[in-house]
Amino acid sequence: MQTPTVLLVLLALCIVSFALGRRRSRQLGAAQGGIHTLHSLPKHYGYLAAMWAALPACVLLLAWLGLEGQVIRGMVIAELPAEVQSMGDSRLGLYYNQVLAYAGGGVDAAMMSPEQLLAAEHYLAFKKSSSLLKLLLVCVVAVVGALLVITRVRPAMRARNQVENIWKWLLFACSFIAVLTTLGIVLSVLFEAVRFFHMIPVTDFIFGLQWSPQIAIRADQVGASGSFGFVPLLVGTLLISLVAMLIAVPVGLMSAIYLSEYASKQFRAVTKPILEILAGVPTVVYGFFAALTVAPFIRGIGESLGLEVASESALAAGLVMGIMIIPFVMSLSDDIINAVPNSLREASLGLGATMNETIRRVLIPAALPGIVGGILLAVSRAIGETMIVVMAAGLSAKLTANPLEAVTTITVQIVTLLVGDQEFDSPKTLAAFALGLVLFFVTLLLNVIALYVVRRYREQYE
Amino acid sequence: MSQESYKNTAVIEASLKKRYAREKRFQWAGRLAVFLGFVFLFLLLFDIVSKGWPAFTQQELLIKLDLSAENLDVPEQPTPEDLQNANYIGAIKSSMRDMFPEVTGRRDKRELYRLLSMGAEFELRDRLLEDPSLLGGEREMWLLAHSEAASYLKGQVTREIPEAERRVSDLQMDWLDSLAAQDRARSSFNTVFFTAGDSREPELAGIRAALMGSMFTLVVTFLLAFPIGVSAAVYLEEFAPRNRLTDLIEININNLAAVPSIVFGLLGLAVFINFFEMPRSAPLVGGIVLALMTLPTIIITSRAALQAVSPSIREAALGVGASHLQAVFHHVLPVAMPGILTGSIIGMAQALGETAPLLMIGMVAFIMEVPGGVTDPSTVLPVQIFLWADSPERGFTEKTSAAIMVLMGFLILMNAFAIYLRKRFELK
Repeated sequence: MQTPTVLLVLLALCIVSFALGRRRSRQLGAAQGGIHTLHSLPKHYGYLAAMWAALPACVLLLAWLGLEGQVIRGMVIAELPAEVQSMGDSRLGLYYNQVLAYAGGGVDAAMMSPEQLLAAEHYLAFKKSSSLLKLLLVCVVAVVGALLVITRVRPAMRARNQVENIWKWLLFACSFIAVLTTLGIVLSVLFEAVRFFHMIPVTDFIFGLQWSPQIAIRADQVGASGSFGFVPLLVGTLLISLVAMLIAVPVGLMSAIYLSEYASKQFRAVTKPILEILAGVPTVVYGFFAALTVAPFIRGIGESLGLEVASESALAAGLVMGIMIIPFVMSLSDDIINAVPNSLREASLGLGATMNETIRRVLIPAALPGIVGGILLAVSRAIGETMIVVMAAGLSAKLTANPLEAVTTITVQIVTLLVGDQEFDSPKTLAAFALGLVLFFVTLLLNVIALYVVRRYREQYE
Repeated sequence: MSQESYKNTAVIEASLKKRYAREKRFQWAGRLAVFLGFVFLFLLLFDIVSKGWPAFTQQELLIKLDLSAENLDVPEQPTPEDLQNANYIGAIKSSMRDMFPEVTGRRDKRELYRLLSMGAEFELRDRLLEDPSLLGGEREMWLLAHSEAASYLKGQVTREIPEAERRVSDLQMDWLDSLAAQDRARSSFNTVFFTAGDSREPELAGIRAALMGSMFTLVVTFLLAFPIGVSAAVYLEEFAPRNRLTDLIEININNLAAVPSIVFGLLGLAVFINFFEMPRSAPLVGGIVLALMTLPTIIITSRAALQAVSPSIREAALGVGASHLQAVFHHVLPVAMPGILTGSIIGMAQALGETAPLLMIGMVAFIMEVPGGVTDPSTVLPVQIFLWADSPERGFTEKTSAAIMVLMGFLILMNAFAIYLRKRFELK
């Protein structure tokens, strides 16, 4: 049975239980002299029955779908010959994947060993009984749930309150998904990163000056483990972020100051949305712009000045990333400058200061914590930005502070390590998760600090 | 005393000119910053549009084809199966040779054949299958030009460029010039771009498969993110008690909003693909990952919309005896709906333009077939742009820009709709 079919059956069962629950409450009400004797409206009894039918069954279905693959795998492997079972995890996984491919009709029988053919038969049999069992169990749970409600319907039953309680729990579950997502991110990244640190010592990763994850093709080759020093990636990331900030902060901050203090209302109303278009442009578009237009342009300028510029220079990627972040810095600083009370502004102007003196001596010092917080948020975006650097920055990890050379970043390495075929036990693949862990915690830290600073600042003037 | 204040005034007056000049400079710096922002935006859009514009036309060549049964290697009364397997490539090649009898060398001949697209034989086959009466005798037929030849016909490659640095040789340029002189070259609207999937040949590549993949992914994202996000916002805004758990949830939502998108890709890879063994490259997984990514946006904007609803509405409903849940779902939520929809559309627009997490879960495959469902392997428009941007052929650059134009078109439509909703909401 396919999952959509099961869902359709479940939906039908829900509708039936709704109708039965409602009819039962009406009958009881009529027997007592009208439905006004019921605690809740008949439809609430129906909803309650339908919810009891649907919710446990849905939970069961989700759990089944999540665990089906693992359980069947265990059962199929348990029936394999002993020498196959003792093969070791990765080869066993490969063996099992071949069985799956054959069972899915993707591979010719001629390429398979007799044991594998047998295993594929087992697999198909298990799969078939599993899907039947799934349908059966879901139906049973749904029917039992609905019957539990329908048989207990009494006029005094507080059906509406119960329905509302279930709703509130559902709403809570929805908001709890945010916590589960964070947990999922931390656990998945941490789990693989710990496996990585079993193979490569943590100190090598944090202090190593060499990054070359390309592992030799033969596993027994000398020096096959590659080197995983994280420092060049960090330096590259910071270099590109620095270039981006050098573009974004002056332009964004000055635009915000001009628009909020000098510009007329009409000018502001037209200009702000236009500049915010920059924030809505997909990052892959910026990447294309950086790689095909900006990088050759910078290279051309450099060559005419007699400088040697790499075709994937950090300058090009950082410049375009800066353009992307301008509206972000602009709207954050705009909020913060507007939050400075007018009394400060007016007092300074009243003493005879010019507008620019007011801005530089009064507004900016007052808004400084907020602006710093905003810049930190912008830095965290620059560090986590992926597509621009994947398309416009280099792949080779060079330890340099020269923005005209090609550097690589954390996100670029994550993408290069994980796109394409991957084995989940080579340090190369797991390194991506270790980088992901670093990326997650660095951006988290920056955000927590920034949000704290901004909040403290806002409270100061509220 | 008066002497003293007079001195002060003199000092201030002396400094005024400098201070005003500084004020002027500061204002100009502000104007310059705004202007720079405009310049960047203009350069970006101009670059994309000027590169992508030519991709909306395709070049065709009028070829005199010898479609006799003998030349096509089929019997006089061919069955559809015969036509399926006929020797179209040979027929096209011999016709090209007949049109340019002066071409003799092997290499020259191969260059001559490269004037036409690799897909020309399939185009010819489809036309013959549709109308078998074309068989027999000579026919004049418009066939798709090769992308390199097309770039010459469009004027993107000229003779000024040294021959070694371009892919169109001088000989090919001569042939194309003579064809153009006989009115045997035309350009028409590029329908292939909107109806085909990906291809190795730029002139045969289209965005249909990527568009459908984007659509399936967005549908999954919306079906998950919208109900969950709105429910979470309703809970946090209306029902949540003030306690540690609620604080934890709020902190989590704010932090998730700032987590780099690629980390969500890692989550999808480790949890959905490795642990739950969901299919790789499928819009289902892509949609789930993007839904998790857009949830914070939807929750935050929905909460703002719910906050903006006047408390009198809620209190009136409670006053006439509605339960809290009824007051929220029957009265508060409908009033907040336009604001919630605005936020959700903006979240969807973000998801539509997102690339990095989808690279992680393997939606970077080479997809020629249009996907038929949420579990078929597929790619999405931004990833298609990424793949084409990496291709060295010149023809793909204009395809990339054109795909970007289509993507930006969709984004502008979605944002315009969101603005329209917001404006209507404000009028109330």
